[in-house]
Amino acid sequence: MSDAVITQEPARSAAVQSRAKVVARDVNVHYGDKHALQQVAIDVPEKAVTAFIGPSGCGKSTFLRCINRMNDTIPICRVTGHIEVDGRDIYDPEIDVVQLRARVGMVFQKPNPFPKSIYENVAYGPRLHGLASTKAELDAVVEDALRRASLWNEVNDRLDQPGTGLSGGQQQRLCIARAIAVNPEIILMDEPCSALDPIATARIEELIDELIENFTIIIVTHSMQQAARVSQRTAFFHMGRLVEEGPTEQIFSNPKDRRTQDYITGRFG
Amino acid sequence: MSTHTVKAFDQELTDLGRRIAEMGGIAERMLADATTALDKADIELAQSVIEADPRLDAMERELEERAILMIAKRQPLAVDLRTVVSSLRIAADLERIGDLSKNIARRVVAIDGRFPSPKIVGGVKHMSELAQDRLKRVIDAYAERDVTEAIDIWENDEEIDQMHGSLFRELLTYMMEDPRNIGFCAHLLFCAKNIERIGDHATNIAETVHYLATGAVIVSERPRDTSAYKTVDG
Repeated sequence: MSDAVITQEPARSAAVQSRAKVVARDVNVHYGDKHALQQVAIDVPEKAVTAFIGPSGCGKSTFLRCINRMNDTIPICRVTGHIEVDGRDIYDPEIDVVQLRARVGMVFQKPNPFPKSIYENVAYGPRLHGLASTKAELDAVVEDALRRASLWNEVNDRLDQPGTGLSGGQQQRLCIARAIAVNPEIILMDEPCSALDPIATARIEELIDELIENFTIIIVTHSMQQAARVSQRTAFFHMGRLVEEGPTEQIFSNPKDRRTQDYITGRFG
Repeated sequence: MSTHTVKAFDQELTDLGRRIAEMGGIAERMLADATTALDKADIELAQSVIEADPRLDAMERELEERAILMIAKRQPLAVDLRTVVSSLRIAADLERIGDLSKNIARRVVAIDGRFPSPKIVGGVKHMSELAQDRLKRVIDAYAERDVTEAIDIWENDEEIDQMHGSLFRELLTYMMEDPRNIGFCAHLLFCAKNIERIGDHATNIAETVHYLATGAVIVSERPRDTSAYKTVDG
């Protein structure tokens, strides 16, 4: 290529200049003999959305579950390596896992409200963690969480009704309200919209846009368009490895790795 | 490149490339015919160029419809997205090249064979040959996704601009020599301007080929010949 020609990459996302909230190095996960995740290293920026994409079984959910030690609940699962949240090693034996999971909340693929009232679904965590000492304080915490999850206006007149009676999209927002009620810093979302219709999906995506003011969000999604819409950074996993990570615009317009390109353009998987 | 899981997507992308190649062929033909018509004062050939233009316009519209439908249906990403967007841009450039060739052909009809001297047309003809060569090369570069060739075309467009500048001065001289030449020379000046613009569209296509193949935009100032913008005594 001639010297006279200067080529310019597409404009980088200006949004992500923040510091790393989660830092992972040399992370390996074994399920029994299966080496599910190999040598993963990534910095997840604070108050931004990072999307994990990749074909089924690539390790993206496995890695997500390492960040709040959900994998601890699986007996044959062994995690090695180093994961820090705010510079603190979360696999340090002195770490209180219950406290960690309050700081690192999680929303699952299928909405899973407790078989209790809407109010109790949200109040459960704050009560457990002692975040409110009076009924009035707890009411305020519940209202605040429901408002931040854009659900308050739809349910404020029926807080005593069962959470399971809500629509799928409302149930998922209830689960998000439940997650944010304990004031986490990070919210992990494992395909939060895969069971929702397009309108409910759009509301969750709108909500994610609002939540990044206060939270660091990591979302696993099978929808490339969703990753492109909601995230500032995207990480592509394939066969247990983190293949490529970068600004979302670059990953979806001009990925560096051939495997990323093949995956996002629908050439394999 | 490996194929898509959805085979119809591959067919649609191939179809876009085929349509661009076909449009490129028609645009090349139109420019070549318009130039021959000017050189030989062939009104009939000029008419055929004018009649070919609506076909090129219709092809651009069809390609645009298909590309928009592909974006809606397939939500292309990365190289696929660049392929679709590039085809839209190149089709627009080719459609303009067709319009500019048609304008030359219209002037051939207007001149109606009243040439003061065939020699004067030689410069425009030569300029057109350079433009035709650039157009052919850039359409080949598109088909081959040839970045090196695209950069070469992009970097070397000053030749046409320089010729346009010297032709401008030459035609002014003819006009000053004999006011009866003014009408004819004015037509030729417009023809030269049209060809210069065709060269610019070929440069646009070279930029698009670069973007298509690399995902990066070429940004650099090229040397520019601006002599045609200077007044004779200025």
